[in-house]
Amino acid sequence: MGKVETKKNSIKKSTASFSKDQYFHWLEQMILMRRFEEKTGQLYVQQKIRGFCHLYIGQEAVAAGIVSATKKGDKHITAYRDHAYPIALGLHPKYVMAEMYARATGCSRGKGGSMHMFSKEHNFFGGHGIVGGQIPLGAGIAFAEQYLGTQNVCITAMGDGAVRQGAFHEALNMAMTWKLPVVFIIENNLYAMGTSVARTSNVTDLYKLGCAYEMPSYQVDGLSVEDVHNAVYEAAERARRGEGPTLLEMRTYRYRGHSMSDPQTYRTKEEVEEYKKNDCIERVIKTMKNNNWITDADIEKIEEKVKAIVDESVQFAEESPYPEPHELYEDVYVQHDYPFIKE
Amino acid sequence: MRVIEFREALREAMSEEMRRDERVFLMGEEVAEYNGAYKVSKGMLAEFGPKRVIDTPIAELGFAGIGVGAAMNGLRPIIEFMTFNFSLVAIDQVINSAAKIRHMSGGQFSVPIVFRGPTGNAGMLAQQHSQNFESWYANTPGLKVIVPSTPYDAKGLLKSAIRDDDPVIFMESELMYGDKGEVPEEEYLIPIGVADIKRQGTDVTIVSFGKIIKVAHKAAEELEKEGISAEIIDLRTVRPIDYQTVIESVKKTNRLVVVEEAWPLGNISTEITYMVQKQAFDYLDAPIVRVVSADTPLPYAPTLIQEALPSPEKVIKAVKKVLYRD
Ligand SMILES: Cc1ncc(C[n+]2csc(CCOP(=O)(O)OP(=O)(O)O)c2C)c(N)n1
Ligand SMILES: [Mg+2]
Repeated sequence: MGKVETKKNSIKKSTASFSKDQYFHWLEQMILMRRFEEKTGQLYVQQKIRGFCHLYIGQEAVAAGIVSATKKGDKHITAYRDHAYPIALGLHPKYVMAEMYARATGCSRGKGGSMHMFSKEHNFFGGHGIVGGQIPLGAGIAFAEQYLGTQNVCITAMGDGAVRQGAFHEALNMAMTWKLPVVFIIENNLYAMGTSVARTSNVTDLYKLGCAYEMPSYQVDGLSVEDVHNAVYEAAERARRGEGPTLLEMRTYRYRGHSMSDPQTYRTKEEVEEYKKNDCIERVIKTMKNNNWITDADIEKIEEKVKAIVDESVQFAEESPYPEPHELYEDVYVQHDYPFIKE
Repeated sequence: MRVIEFREALREAMSEEMRRDERVFLMGEEVAEYNGAYKVSKGMLAEFGPKRVIDTPIAELGFAGIGVGAAMNGLRPIIEFMTFNFSLVAIDQVINSAAKIRHMSGGQFSVPIVFRGPTGNAGMLAQQHSQNFESWYANTPGLKVIVPSTPYDAKGLLKSAIRDDDPVIFMESELMYGDKGEVPEEEYLIPIGVADIKRQGTDVTIVSFGKIIKVAHKAAEELEKEGISAEIIDLRTVRPIDYQTVIESVKKTNRLVVVEEAWPLGNISTEITYMVQKQAFDYLDAPIVRVVSADTPLPYAPTLIQEALPSPEKVIKAVKKVLYRD
């Protein structure tokens, strides 16, 4: 995997090539994310899953590329569109499913639900529900790595909508000034709920926002897992060298509505279909087929394996118990005998 | 009388006031082209155009502050928070600017603005989307805080809020937007700071406000079957509070239960309890009992939510306690 030539603050194309194994890994991971989310959507309609629920379908290349480009000790944080990312990091999907089922076996013990997946074990610092709120947290996680003298970086993901928050700009400025080992990732899927990027600012090439802080900033084809990988790898290496943060704008697309209750009147069906022609999973398959690495039978095998994992996850969730009422008072404080007010 | 939804009552209030006064405008996330995240502002862009119904980026601190500045300079903004959970991003401008500018400037500048949106839990939305901010804002001098529970009250009070020359926090609920109620065709206003006796009774007074008052209504119906007559007072406004109506009722029933969705420490029920013991101590036949949310963040799991939130059963238990019938 060679280092990629890039101009600073520009659009980034990848030139490196990857092994057959890497492609198989990506493909399996991306298919797992997609089928898991498709199942999630069905279960939401059946009211097995409640609350706000945001699917990652269409954006899988971003999580897959981030994870392949980072190392074991690296930290990760994102917003509420957070089912797939921890799965890509290695958390078994059954713990994500159980969380959405509000079960005690969920990765947040049934307390967080769809928007608040956490896995300390997998260095996943959570799904956060206030738009922009996780961005300074990501810089702070990176601050701790710098303070402790590690070589780890923090990947801080956000939606396009989040970059209009003050928290984004304050965090970028401090991260750059203090050379924090953080990679800011904008998953630009063109819409924040029903509001297109173009309706929120004159600056629609979002990577340019980093330039105001003299931060290396690039636009990346977020539907290309290779491009995502290369951009994140290079940014993480820069951070590890002590040269500070990078801003990466991943151009991507979500196929489904913002959440499960979105009539999607702000875009056309044609637009969605147009993006589906450039599907990130199909692109991986195409590359693999061009190299004669994969047959339809192989893909079928992956699909079967993934289906088994998804089915297992649903069964695990179905069979898990809800948290007991007394657990309400657990996890509020570390102090075990905190004197709560009880009527 | 005509029956309309809560969201329609809010829309009518805003639209009527916008027709009446050119200086009134609506600003917030998804209020215009999307017709409102909860369809409160449906059709308003079509009627008033993009100059007066304005979509913002997700930038609460910025647009709340822009609202305050515009209000200082002659306009009368309605700022919608998609929910009051997101008002925390903007709270500096609400507390440090809107609430204080009149006092800081020795009365030279006033801030006629309304901040409105849903407060409180709306089901399984988990910790960051399930908070009650009524007592947070009510704690702040310079603000007025309205939390209606019916379409009728919502319309009359929102119109008063928009006409008020001081900053007003107006709190709704996602779980109430579809509620239907009688609202007359003719124009009316409801004064800020006046409670309403929603149900007459003689044995116990239940004070509440906002959507959680429904829990009190359900409890009162059940209690009636057992021969217990509950009076329900809807505060409607939690700053200022209509203490007088509460105290008059307690003088009659001699027993008080307060039902509130917020966390227990330092909330509206604390304040009501203090004032009633101070002004009607000799009339009380039992210690005041309150039903509030658990002293914890509100999680996602339904088993935990049930444990945490006020319910008719909890209110019935509280009423029986003050009646020494438990
Ligand atoms: C501070 C704040 N304001 C508003 C919301 C409501 N809200 C939730 S998601 C969202 C859109 C965010 O879009 P984007 O950042 O592009 O992320 P995407 O959903 O596309 O992944 C909004 C407005 C919120 N959660 N937090
Ligand atoms: Mg987006």
